[in-house]
Amino acid sequence: MLIGSAAIAGGVVFGYWRYRTPFDNPLLATLQDGEVALTTYLRIHRTGITIVAPRAEMGQGVHTTLAALVAEELDVALEDVQVEHGPASKAYFNQVAFEEGVPFAVTDEGALAEGVRNFTHVPAKLLGMQITGGSSSIPDAFVKMRKAGAAARMVLLAAAAKKLNVAQNTLTTSNGQVVAADGTRIPYTELAELAAEIEPPGDPELKERADWKLLGRSLPRVDMAAKCTGTAEYSIDVRLPGLLYATVRMNPQLGGELLSFDATAAGAMAGVRKIESLPGGVMVIASNTWYAMQAAKAINCTWGPAVYPTTSEAQFAAVDNAFANGYDSRFLDNGDVDDALADGADVEAEYAVPYLAHATMEPLNAVAWLHDGRLDIWAGTQAPTQAVKDSAAIAGIDAHRVHLHTTLMGGGFGRRAEADFINTAVHAATAMPGVPVKLTWSREEDTTHDTYRPLAKARFRATVANGGPLAFDLALAAPSAIASQLSRIGMSIPGPDMSIVQAAWDQPYAIANYRVTGYRAPVMTPISSWRSVGASQNGFFHECALDEIAHAAGADPLQMRLALLTHEPSRKVLEAVAEMSGWGGALPEGRGRGVAFVLSFGVPVAEVIEVAATGNGIRIIKAWAAVDVGIALDPGNIEAQVQSAINFGLSAAIMSEITLKDGVVEQSNFHNYDAIRIVQAPDIEVRILENGTKIRGIGEPGLPPAAPALANAIFAATGQRMRELPLRKHIRFA
Amino acid sequence: MKLTVNGSEHEVDVNDDMPLLWVLRDELGITGPKYGCGIALCGACTVHIDGVAMRSCVIPVAAVSGEVTTIEGLGTPAALHAVQRAWIDQQVAQCGYCQPGQIMSAAALLANNPDPSDAEIDIAMAGNLCRCGAYPRIRSAIKAAAASLREI
Repeated sequence: MLIGSAAIAGGVVFGYWRYRTPFDNPLLATLQDGEVALTTYLRIHRTGITIVAPRAEMGQGVHTTLAALVAEELDVALEDVQVEHGPASKAYFNQVAFEEGVPFAVTDEGALAEGVRNFTHVPAKLLGMQITGGSSSIPDAFVKMRKAGAAARMVLLAAAAKKLNVAQNTLTTSNGQVVAADGTRIPYTELAELAAEIEPPGDPELKERADWKLLGRSLPRVDMAAKCTGTAEYSIDVRLPGLLYATVRMNPQLGGELLSFDATAAGAMAGVRKIESLPGGVMVIASNTWYAMQAAKAINCTWGPAVYPTTSEAQFAAVDNAFANGYDSRFLDNGDVDDALADGADVEAEYAVPYLAHATMEPLNAVAWLHDGRLDIWAGTQAPTQAVKDSAAIAGIDAHRVHLHTTLMGGGFGRRAEADFINTAVHAATAMPGVPVKLTWSREEDTTHDTYRPLAKARFRATVANGGPLAFDLALAAPSAIASQLSRIGMSIPGPDMSIVQAAWDQPYAIANYRVTGYRAPVMTPISSWRSVGASQNGFFHECALDEIAHAAGADPLQMRLALLTHEPSRKVLEAVAEMSGWGGALPEGRGRGVAFVLSFGVPVAEVIEVAATGNGIRIIKAWAAVDVGIALDPGNIEAQVQSAINFGLSAAIMSEITLKDGVVEQSNFHNYDAIRIVQAPDIEVRILENGTKIRGIGEPGLPPAAPALANAIFAATGQRMRELPLRKHIRFA
Repeated sequence: MKLTVNGSEHEVDVNDDMPLLWVLRDELGITGPKYGCGIALCGACTVHIDGVAMRSCVIPVAAVSGEVTTIEGLGTPAALHAVQRAWIDQQVAQCGYCQPGQIMSAAALLANNPDPSDAEIDIAMAGNLCRCGAYPRIRSAIKAAAASLREI
């Protein structure tokens, strides 16, 4: 039996989705002739099966693992399906995205903590934000996408029972086919239209883990062959008939105005089609990106001033001042820290980290095309629903006329959660109605107009007794990345910014007198989430401070932590990394090892780094990491993510720094904002444990321990304690 | 002017000083070579010119005299080059944006040196930045590709 596509698109909505939420299935508007959407995650056509993986694939392998969740229960081979991001839709809202912001340590699974976490699911749904971040894609999808696969399989079985006129319990499935008792096999693709008429079960049963065929194994990534043959399509690669190419030149004083510009010379240059202003800058539309970039440099612009302190020194002073104000949060205050420190500290120090750029390999870009009453956008975005909202406002059309095609991303790391680069492309499209325009920021624009990882400072005081800390008082100050981010989407932060104290206040150490206080400096230069957010600096602060405490207490830093850790999965990762690295064993002359432990995004991670002090400087010999994700869906991909996060963290630890002078970011390209290269990148051994009580994501948690493990290793090798990143300001690296 | 890319000859009408990268990408629609920095610092744009790995973002098109090979000409999903095969076997790519450049650099290295040491790999690959930090697998894939090429 055949159902016309109009009928399907017009009325047959079903799937696991409907029983749970009022959102419509966004796939219905995208169906081709004869195609059906069995759930919000599945389109089936006679010619094949497509799984929708509605999270940003920016390198973390999420399309492969999300598709495997559906495929496992649907009972299809991953190589037999297509995987795509799918449309922007509230139906793909991230349910757990706000859990990280609650004032309960992840190790707290008491009724109140869990109740408040569940309560965050309500605004998550009401806001309907489709967002990739916070290492939340896997915990968000783990149940709902498997249930979607299971529900689809059930209706396919029911359809086959109807078609064969047999009882459904006589049928089974195998690899994309329904199999009857007599051996008859019917491919899912031939059953889909019939299945589309059947109401799916609301709460289908899921397979036992022991029966998993895909999950729990290292799967070949669905995007691997394309990425190794130059055929993977990023937004920068999108080709359309009549496409023009554009770029921007924005006020180098971030957020400052364009007062006036003279494009007389630029307008006469080769290939230039149009030069116009947009908020805060100018854009050039040309026949070739290079022509556009050359012309942009030739425009004479008069810029308005910066709206923040114009030097790094002045901005750090604002952070210093924050310590003197009332605190933003104090969610950890065990014992009586003031009393324990009344006679002075045995060890105290101040730490600092700079602004950091995201520096994705693919410079920011998007394609926009205003035509026939609609706006089509191709972009790599971590926040598609927000991008649609912003774009509709700029183009002056209804949001439902904005069609966002989310492409693969050449890195995200939080940068692509912002909409600014898409907005510039939409401005270009509105200046050229009817013509598709690809707008690419130069690397220089990208580096100087990031929304940076905040600068931050820490001050700690501690007393030691019996080989460990008796009191540990840690004060953290930074501008609020969350407030800066939310301000750009017209929202404000209702309470404390948990990211200022993230991965410091909630660590499972039993220290008798233990306090972590967050101070909020004013938002100055625009800032945002950067891979692992607040944990990226607080891991460094907290774990270097503990190393100093261990040194002052005459304790082994790893054994001291083990003695303090109260959380069993956390102890296990530390024990694992000790065993992997042979911690405590004799080292050659000039070698040193550092350890760090950080629990972030629910994942306890312990890392050991070994360095050698050579005549040419510090050389990283090897890194070991043990992580606990609760349930490891794809060990090979988890290993890759931990290695990636460590190298990302080492880049920041060794060499990365954004500084300001005269209101302008001083770094512009990889000559002065570099990242770790193969020459410096160590061998990294990863072990994955599964003692945690909940499934967790792993895109970020490997990062925070990398910098402190390195700094602590350098102290062990050289006796030099460095309390400011990047380390190369203080010591040479080979 | 004339340009030979992946065995096909093209006629292009652009300024002499336009970098090869932008001719390939925006004029010819060959998007495997990537824009990353524009000043030969990241290697994402690496192509072969007469078999030599070059940064296409800084070579004026008028200065190109040899045959250009891009990642698309090295091998295809249906007919992979040994280096691409090794990259897939080792599951190297994460975001993948730098990988066409990494693969072109590695292929050029192995064409000249069938058994590179770690130090030789470091020298040949140091100009190719990977922000995902996929270096452990890049190194093992180069070694695997070298071994498979030596068997041929």
